[in-house]
Amino acid sequence: MSAATLAGLVGAALVGLGLYGLIVNPQPLRKILAFNLIGSGVFLIFGIVARRGASAGFPFDPVPQAMVITGIVVAFAASALGVALILRLHEETGAITLDLDASTRPPGEGARDT
Amino acid sequence: MSIALDLFSLVAIGLGAFFFFAGTVGLLRFPDSLTRLHALTKADNLGLGLVVLGLLPRVESLLDALRLIAIWALIQVSGASTAQLIGRALSRRGAAE
Amino acid sequence: MSLLPVFDLGLAVLVLAVAGWTIAARELFSSVVGYVAYGLLLAIVWVRLYAPDVALTEAAIGSGVTGVLLVTSGARLRRAGEGEAVAPGLSQRALAASLAVLVAAALAAVVLLLPEPPPTLAPEARERLAATGLGNPVTAVLIAYRSFDTMLEKVVLLLAVVGVWSVAPDRFWGGAPAPLGRARPQGALLFLDQALVPLGILVGIHIFWVGADEPGGAFQGGAILAAMWMIVMIARLTGPPRIGARWLRLALIAGPAVFPAAGIAGLGMAGNFFAYPAGFAKPIILFIEAFMVLTIAVTLPMLVAGPPRGSPEP
Repeated sequence: MSAATLAGLVGAALVGLGLYGLIVNPQPLRKILAFNLIGSGVFLIFGIVARRGASAGFPFDPVPQAMVITGIVVAFAASALGVALILRLHEETGAITLDLDASTRPPGEGARDT
Repeated sequence: MSIALDLFSLVAIGLGAFFFFAGTVGLLRFPDSLTRLHALTKADNLGLGLVVLGLLPRVESLLDALRLIAIWALIQVSGASTAQLIGRALSRRGAAE
Repeated sequence: MSLLPVFDLGLAVLVLAVAGWTIAARELFSSVVGYVAYGLLLAIVWVRLYAPDVALTEAAIGSGVTGVLLVTSGARLRRAGEGEAVAPGLSQRALAASLAVLVAAALAAVVLLLPEPPPTLAPEARERLAATGLGNPVTAVLIAYRSFDTMLEKVVLLLAVVGVWSVAPDRFWGGAPAPLGRARPQGALLFLDQALVPLGILVGIHIFWVGADEPGGAFQGGAILAAMWMIVMIARLTGPPRIGARWLRLALIAGPAVFPAAGIAGLGMAGNFFAYPAGFAKPIILFIEAFMVLTIAVTLPMLVAGPPRGSPEP
């Protein structure tokens, strides 16, 4: 099994792990972490496509690699936006999960003013 | 001559790996956080130095050798500062308990 | 006898183990630390896949800056107070696990059934590389062949900053985000800044410049410069700037503004939108990249700093 195929299988496993973490972890910040895990798994699969495209004197195909670089930066931007939304949600309602029915605020604390 | 250099590289990198291993054993086996921090910083710094030393005969130009040494120096600086910060946070938490 | 497959297998097991720890850890901070370590291990995997540019980007942005973002926001959440979170029951976990296994198995099947011989765009990339004057094919793809994608990505970054700022209450618009570090920085942090930041700025510019011919580039160099500004802010040597500051806004739009301008100039100079005149391509590419580096170095810390929290001074 070549390094590329092994890395691809690792990428598939990471997507599965991240998906499990995304669904199971109640805290939104952990969900963003799991989402990043899914993203890096997908990028790994892109990476093996790039590696298998070795020809014409390059040991890799540069186009998927450029896409992965773009993807990593965009994933960070999306994470930052998600984090800002989570922090604002916490300020407004005191909630630290996205579950609307869960009572998550300790008694006695009021929501902050807008 | 090149065989001697290869042997030197092998020995140095092997010793470096051993020190990294020793640092990890310390991380797992030492009783509390401060001693673990101590094991990590000392052993890992030395291990990295030996690995860099072992890689020096294999570089292609003087510039690459200087880069390796600069990397080692930077890691020492940042590692030492980070260890100080972690130690301060640990002692502050220990004093608060 | 080659040890490389053994190394690859060990690395794969390690990556999966650390990723599993990231999901399973009890505290957010442990999870984030695990994620940063995972990112660095992933960078080594990228090197094994002959992708040094991606390895640099993953180490700098994927694990480094994302780690700073999660740690600072985790600290803000902790400071603001916490309540109970409802963990899902066993049946929900089992359902999620089976879904995860299903998706992973489907992707693994795709990986194992990829077409042979593999399709590739490398020959096309090789053909035109000499015309661009660059030595690094990934940079050529980013700024020459697929420059449209990169330009739109800069716009995405700008939109993310605008989105993060818009989350603040109306009365805070124009103010500065909350400071990143503790109130009284320790000596070790100040020493780290004094030792690391001047060198880091040099290294960042070097990696951007060298990215034309060797692994590196605008994103990687910009991320290092962004990290230097962030550790200066964390040590409280300077605070996050007011979001209404003119220099900040100019720096943020420099990348997404210069890029299409160069594309439109290509209409006049080389006859087509985003075409670079032959023989003059490399200076134009480096010119565009310089502004990209400026924007990235300013955008990433502002994304980490978050929405404004103080009223603007009158």
